[in-house]
Amino acid sequence: MATIIQTAAGEVDRVEVDPVTLDIIENALRNARYEMDEVLFRTALSPGIREQHDEFPLIGDPDGKMVVGQFGLSIPALLDRYEGTIEDGDVLLTSDPYSCDGAISHANDWLVVMPIYVSGRVVGWASMFGHMSDVGGKAVCSMPTDAHTIYEEGVLIPPFKLYAKGRLNEDALRIILNQVRQPDWNRADLNGIVAACRTASRRIQELCARFGVDTYVSALDALLDRNYRAMKALLTMLFEDGETISFSDYICDDGVGHGPYKLTLSLTRTGDKVLLDFTGSAPQSSGPINYYLNENLARMFFGIYMITVADPQILWNDGFYPLVDVHIPAKTFWKPDFPSALNARNHGVGRIFDLFGGLLGQKTPDLLNAAGFSSSPHFMYSGYYADGERAGEWFQLYSIGFGGIPGRPIGDGPDGHSLWPSFVNIPCEYLESYYPLRIERWETVADTGGAGLHRGGNGVDVAYRFLQPGTIAIHDDRWLTYPWGVNGGDPGARSRKWIQRADGSTEILPSKVHGVAVARGDVLHFVTWGGGGWGDPLARDAELVAREVRRGLVSAEGARRYGVVVTEAAEVDADATTTLRAELAADRPASPPVFNMGPPLEEVLDNCEAETGLPAPKPPVAV
Amino acid sequence: MRYRLGVDVGGTFTDILLIDEDSGHTFRAKTSSTPHDQSIGVLTGIGKACRSADVSMADISQVLHGTTVATNAILEGKGARVGLVTTDGFRQVLQIARSYVPGGLAGWIIWPKPEPLAALEHTVEAIERIGADGEIVTPLDEDDVRAKLRRLRDAGIQALAVSLINSYVDGRHERRIGEIAAEELPGIPISLSSRVLPELREYERTVTTVANGYVQPQVARYLDSLAGKLGDSGIGGRLYVLRSDGGLATAPTAAANPVSMLLSGPAGGVSGAVWAAAQAGFTDLLTFDMGGTSTDVALVQAGKPRIGRETRVGDLTVRSASVDVRTVGAGGGSIAHVPPLTKALRVGPQSAGADPGPAAYGKGGQAPTVTDANIVLGYLPTDLAGGEIGLDRAAARAAVATIADEMGLPSVEAAAAGIVDIVNENMFGALRLVSVQQGFDPREFALVAFGGAGPLHANALGRLTGAWPVIIPPSPGVLCAYGDATTSVRDEAARTYIRRFSELTDAELSGIVAELTEAAAATVEAEGAPREEQTVSCHADIRYHGQGFEITVPVDMAVFKSTGFDGTGGGLKALGAAFDAEHERLFSFLLSNEHELVNIRVAVSGPRPHVQAVALAEGGADASQAVTGQTAVHLDGAAATATVYDRDRLLAGNVIPGPAIVTEMDSTTLVLPGHAATVHPSGSLLIRPAETSATGA
Repeated sequence: MATIIQTAAGEVDRVEVDPVTLDIIENALRNARYEMDEVLFRTALSPGIREQHDEFPLIGDPDGKMVVGQFGLSIPALLDRYEGTIEDGDVLLTSDPYSCDGAISHANDWLVVMPIYVSGRVVGWASMFGHMSDVGGKAVCSMPTDAHTIYEEGVLIPPFKLYAKGRLNEDALRIILNQVRQPDWNRADLNGIVAACRTASRRIQELCARFGVDTYVSALDALLDRNYRAMKALLTMLFEDGETISFSDYICDDGVGHGPYKLTLSLTRTGDKVLLDFTGSAPQSSGPINYYLNENLARMFFGIYMITVADPQILWNDGFYPLVDVHIPAKTFWKPDFPSALNARNHGVGRIFDLFGGLLGQKTPDLLNAAGFSSSPHFMYSGYYADGERAGEWFQLYSIGFGGIPGRPIGDGPDGHSLWPSFVNIPCEYLESYYPLRIERWETVADTGGAGLHRGGNGVDVAYRFLQPGTIAIHDDRWLTYPWGVNGGDPGARSRKWIQRADGSTEILPSKVHGVAVARGDVLHFVTWGGGGWGDPLARDAELVAREVRRGLVSAEGARRYGVVVTEAAEVDADATTTLRAELAADRPASPPVFNMGPPLEEVLDNCEAETGLPAPKPPVAV
Repeated sequence: MRYRLGVDVGGTFTDILLIDEDSGHTFRAKTSSTPHDQSIGVLTGIGKACRSADVSMADISQVLHGTTVATNAILEGKGARVGLVTTDGFRQVLQIARSYVPGGLAGWIIWPKPEPLAALEHTVEAIERIGADGEIVTPLDEDDVRAKLRRLRDAGIQALAVSLINSYVDGRHERRIGEIAAEELPGIPISLSSRVLPELREYERTVTTVANGYVQPQVARYLDSLAGKLGDSGIGGRLYVLRSDGGLATAPTAAANPVSMLLSGPAGGVSGAVWAAAQAGFTDLLTFDMGGTSTDVALVQAGKPRIGRETRVGDLTVRSASVDVRTVGAGGGSIAHVPPLTKALRVGPQSAGADPGPAAYGKGGQAPTVTDANIVLGYLPTDLAGGEIGLDRAAARAAVATIADEMGLPSVEAAAAGIVDIVNENMFGALRLVSVQQGFDPREFALVAFGGAGPLHANALGRLTGAWPVIIPPSPGVLCAYGDATTSVRDEAARTYIRRFSELTDAELSGIVAELTEAAAATVEAEGAPREEQTVSCHADIRYHGQGFEITVPVDMAVFKSTGFDGTGGGLKALGAAFDAEHERLFSFLLSNEHELVNIRVAVSGPRPHVQAVALAEGGADASQAVTGQTAVHLDGAAATATVYDRDRLLAGNVIPGPAIVTEMDSTTLVLPGHAATVHPSGSLLIRPAETSATGA
């Protein structure tokens, strides 16, 4: 437990804050949080943060409870486990999930936390983590798909003072940066994160100067309380007392031959409170897919789904935490024993979207979306230039792929987009001017989005031609189990990856692989998965289906899934459409199940090799 | 006698400003805008202004015009049907965009994705490829693209955009497709991305090029029609259009590159603010333009507005230079509401607009708006816009009372004060974006407030930002037309040239600057400003090698020349130092990475026209001659009495102590208790905290 040194005497007075001041402080906090993003984006060097925005800011109250932010880190978890003093000017850095109780969840994420002092008193915390493209270890980009322990995943930084009373610990930083392949990236990105936290700190100090510390801190309490009250009302409204609802989804494989991993989440309301229970989930993996989930992060995921929809302008925060109990059994996918490998936890982080969506959607039709692009698949390419002006120079790329947003109550899922806030793709021209790559195709694939009244977004095919020999790595999922459809919608298509070798041969790649050698002229096709469909496809406007055929987003054959027949010129054939729709309607059950997960799992596994070109994974075993 | 004519067409009103070039005397006219064909309203207004000034149309030497034709085409989705040619494999570049979904973690659930400006069924792929180094990887298949262009013709496209991968390095395939298109699609305007925006990042370049094509036919039609009507009425003077970056271009130049005039309207306001503030002796400014639905703010340093590289209109963001105006959805018509679950008070972004408008307009609006709150507090007199719209106080009160009930506030006035405080805070947020967040301390700037609602909220914003004085220019409602009439011809030439400094020499950079200068200077000369009267400024976008964002820094060519290109690289060194200083100022740290040049831009401006400001007759501090009465107001939580002044009767040197309300034809100024407004001889009101305002202007 950290010892926080404060020179100010006594407690902050709790004062009444008028509602307008409260809203003003809420607004100012929101601005400060976006300013943090801006500072980092503009100064970072690694493409992952600079171009794709793989970073997460947070501002906490004096106890470290989030008052503004997104999700993905927990200050109290870090402070609980940190043994030492904290003083004005200190900046903590860590990258070890196990020594901060999962405040972050893999070693690539570098977490910075700093106290915000006003007149000798901690009035809050500024914090941010960013995904470092490389933190050393045996695989380029530090995410070995065959890792069994965290020791294979690069430098592990326990929480320590990067700055002590404003003074940089240069030696420690030098030792850390000596472990990584692109130290200038890490240095710049870390600088940017610290600068962003300092910016937040300044803004909070300005707020305290403007309103007084008493008012500011009391306002935070009120903002937290606002979330508490909103959540309390929502819980009673949505869930019946004593009823348990449950939902399960899968991670397809663990990189070392096992899968699929079943992930189960249940919710029970008792009185004012609910219990989120992860019992029934698969055991921990001997591979790197484990997602070491901090209980507070589970609360955050839950909260954002619940509250954002109720008041989109709310500054949602940790205030409702006392209303949510979380149970995560030990030695499971969500709570593996040290020193299990964690690097590929991005699939679990992503699948939580689908898990919460499926769970809560049962009770809240406003929130019931199909399964979406619930991951952030990684593509990595590295090597030394073999020839040319840059011969001998090292290159290293870490990038994130995009896919189909699911069909939603409000409409179609966008094609080739991101579920993650603030993520953007790296422009082709950027890749080509900085890496020995030529992008030969970058388009969404027709029919990969699940059919529905609201179509699931299409997945994307990016074709990378390699202009220099090197190695590639891939982290992907949903190649085996389907992105499910809802309310009558079909599942989306699964992901695929293959290399068209310069020698003419074709090689299918597994979803999680690293160290694959590529030669000059080889072409990698990285095809991501589509979003599930929402609602009855036969009810979709036939003219819209035909227009999408003309747009190349749906094929003429694919239009038949909507019961739509199109002519050569992709116009609706009205008579044929009426006939086909009647046939399809007659051949299906009167009321479809809420979820369409595709064929039963046994059938999926039986057909695995024939359909995907890859052997079926073995069932997960307890380790 | 020679006259200049400033014309600003807004959503509701068209403002005309006629300026006698010799005396500086101005004549104003205001008339209703004619959205179907804006030129009708413009001609009506010109006729009105000329008649009131007794001026012959033949004496008008120049017509300077800020227009929202291009903006409206985008906002209303009524632009041209654009055909798009991309490189094979990239037809979905607008469909995929940057894969970005706005909002927070659950943002994707509620985000409606806007339709691309060029439909996929009107997008074709050219078989061709140019590498990142400019090498031709696959030659252009001309027959293939010709056949595809014919298909686009048959589909009835009205404009063509061509945007190929890596064309920012080498545009020859685009040019060849342009030639073929000219043969196959006669009369269809063609936008090539290598001309519109020769910069890296294919999505941004494509969307900008497509936006150019999207608004081009309408802009061309409008400018043709206006030029024709001006000619028919005997106006021989040239027609100029104000671009988003605050420079003027002749109508044909503007029509060829209309994406550069998307923010013509707001740029006019900022230019007008710069002009008016300069008359009062201020050049470092925050501008604050509050209208019915939104507020535009910008930062001006040393009389020059900050120019941004992006232009945002509605959902659309394009890469085009514009005055760095930030817009928030906060205006007089912004609606206050209380979400039942959180009981928070929210103001905007929903707006009652002009129709139905605030509850007080009596046009069927029921929702409580900012204007209604101002009425409840007694800040707004009984009529707006010269008496065209009467105000229903009872309706305003009833609307605001719903907020008081939902929040459990003790009085309607408390709810109204809350609404005003919240909207002020939202606008304060916008002012912070352009100041604090760019590393500028607002206390070192004056705040210029205009637009119909700006002067009402200006004093409060001064208090929040600490930017004093708050300047209320004369006729704040027609300031844009002033801006149109007082700005200069400008052209910019730019090139993307990505080189680390170690790969670059002073001589090489100077050579590029010279080429760009020549190109821009020739255009400006052709637009009527001789070379000896031109001013040249040069900026470079620089970053640390590996960064994704550039910082724009001025390039001092004198430093480059002073070393005589002796090979020591003194010019680049100075440029690197300027970049470091800016990086340190913005982000508080430096990196040891090498500097890298990304873009270089040269802007050439003609002389700023001489327009005389009004000179008010001198009076003493006592402003009692302008007092028209007293009115009950609600200030700082208590009832108070404010003195009401008629702005037209104020004299130079008059001091107006708060609380006071100053009324004029198209605007109302509120002076808060503890503050005082001094009347500057140029007509501006300068508001300061009372203890400092005694020192006057």
